[in-house]
Amino acid sequence: MENLLEVNNLHVSFDTYGGEVKAVRGVDFSVKKGETLAIVGESGSGKSVTTKALMGLIPQPPGRIKEGEILFEGKDLTKMKDKELANIRGKDIAMIFQDPMTSLNPTMKVGNQIMEGLIKHQKKSKSEARERALELLKLVGIPNPEQRIKQYPHQFSGGMRQRVVIAIALACNPKLLLADEPTTALDVTIQAQILEVMKDIQKEMDSGIVFITHDLGVVANVADRVAVMYAGKIVEIGKVDDIFYNPKHPYTWGLLGSMPSLESTEDELYAIPGSPPDLLNPPKGDAFAPRSDHAMKIDFEQEPPMFKVSDDHYAATWLLHEHAPHTEPPKSVQDRMKGMARERSEGDKV
Amino acid sequence: MVRYILERLVYMFITLLLIATLTFFLMKLLPGTPLSAADKLSEEQQAIVLEKYGLNDPVPVQYFNYITGLFQGDLGLSFQFDNREVSTILLERMGPSMTLGAQALLFGTIIGMLLGLIAAIYHNGFLDYGSTFIAVVGKSIPSFVFAGILQFYLGVQWGLFPVALWEGWEYTVLPTIALAIFPIAIAARYMRTEMLEVLGSDFITTARAKGVNRFGVVFKHGLRNALIPLVTIIGPLAVSLMTGTLVIENIFSVPGIGEQFVKSINTNDYPIIMGTTLFFSFLFILIILIIDLLYGLIDPRIRLTEGD
Repeated sequence: MENLLEVNNLHVSFDTYGGEVKAVRGVDFSVKKGETLAIVGESGSGKSVTTKALMGLIPQPPGRIKEGEILFEGKDLTKMKDKELANIRGKDIAMIFQDPMTSLNPTMKVGNQIMEGLIKHQKKSKSEARERALELLKLVGIPNPEQRIKQYPHQFSGGMRQRVVIAIALACNPKLLLADEPTTALDVTIQAQILEVMKDIQKEMDSGIVFITHDLGVVANVADRVAVMYAGKIVEIGKVDDIFYNPKHPYTWGLLGSMPSLESTEDELYAIPGSPPDLLNPPKGDAFAPRSDHAMKIDFEQEPPMFKVSDDHYAATWLLHEHAPHTEPPKSVQDRMKGMARERSEGDKV
Repeated sequence: MVRYILERLVYMFITLLLIATLTFFLMKLLPGTPLSAADKLSEEQQAIVLEKYGLNDPVPVQYFNYITGLFQGDLGLSFQFDNREVSTILLERMGPSMTLGAQALLFGTIIGMLLGLIAAIYHNGFLDYGSTFIAVVGKSIPSFVFAGILQFYLGVQWGLFPVALWEGWEYTVLPTIALAIFPIAIAARYMRTEMLEVLGSDFITTARAKGVNRFGVVFKHGLRNALIPLVTIIGPLAVSLMTGTLVIENIFSVPGIGEQFVKSINTNDYPIIMGTTLFFSFLFILIILIIDLLYGLIDPRIRLTEGD
């Protein structure tokens, strides 16, 4: 199947007084129709900047897309004028934002905020748009839509607001949905409901989803494929099972190892030592090397290319080079992988 | 809502009464009597005049008499203007001042807001620096300098508007512009700062992600959220503009209240001082009430819920 979205060699930089901060340094990925790609990584790894760049929402200045292309249905979004982009935003590509408390206009009725895109993109009359807004509110599971549509955001709880944010994003049946940590600000029970709503809608509309998160539990739940980002680059990308049961990059090992688990017998939760590199002066070689227990000499000197593990699974680590010593993930990560596999097979039985 | 307004009106009344009391006693502390040396009255004549106006009574009695009169709607007679009613003088003098003030406020805030909006939309561009420059100039150069420049160019050189006096609407143009410089500067500064802050908020990104264009973002989503601080400072500004300004009224020979008020203090014209103070206070409290109601209109989160 053809790719809905294809990102090639994307570089995004921010010009600050201190110099050029290279937030995204050459990212490639693609999303097909009906597919969910999760992008995971810690804060500052460039996840959000990547999605904002897809929407042309990077504030310029100070930000700019330095290099690369973003092909949406074959057309390069980086070459479009703001006016053309405005016609795609909200219509073909929509975004769900992270913080429901601040993502809605406090002085505008919820209904009007949903209707705005419909009136602009689908040239609907006010009453048609209102009908659709009611439908959307029902779709995302907001009770009493007739009454709710006339209310302001402050009259909604956090979870309800996030549903409104989702309703806004879904208004024009977008082909591609960018979800930037859509459940981070919500408590776990609401999280599950919101994820259900998103899955249902994806099934119905066959849209592609880019799902940004740092919660691996959520990833296992929603994603078809996973891209692991570190210091502005994708270090490993593959199917969910590849990433969870056959991870190759030491950073992915670190992420999996630092996931809390019910079975863990250790007293302390594992944390990756150190902190991410300063992207003002990105390190040469593998950016993760200084924090990695498995770093080799070459990791500090030369940047690893993407090694192919299988047809859909790639990882950028010298450990995959044919001359590298054979290295297994640390025992704690292996235990975790086994545990997850067991949980899953038990889950399937139930 | 109606109940809320009624409640506020009651508070307003109590406030006014307190202000009347305080002003009355403070005023009595002013040195001198309403009788100026220029009147050349003998001591006997002075005693007769003071007696006639009840100024020989103990101060509490005078206060009681004044308040009683006030409740009957009587502001008393002026000392310096041949026994004319204070209320008549106030009405006559307030007219020009309030016209000028209201016009300057309207013109000034609209122009200032536009300047501020332009500055925010073209942040760090040429238009931003231009409008910031106007704001700084307007705030730092006193209004009488502008008044002189306006009179010279628009009045004398080009003959577009009358230079001074008060004989029709065209006479209000120059003093209005001179008065408006300050509100323009203030409104532009507040609008720019607030708008920039609002434009950086998450819901603006949401709006942009919906495909709303730059102007839609500013006017539909930004403006209402940026208005609250501006409305807050417009209250006191409105009062200071509408209660007349000594300088501008003098320069343009406008028969306003500003000059009158100062004169009445210098001559110990007690009824005029009281009347003017009460009227200014009334205006101030009224504008605060209006602004509180405006808050609710602008921001639904401040709106009163039913039952309040």
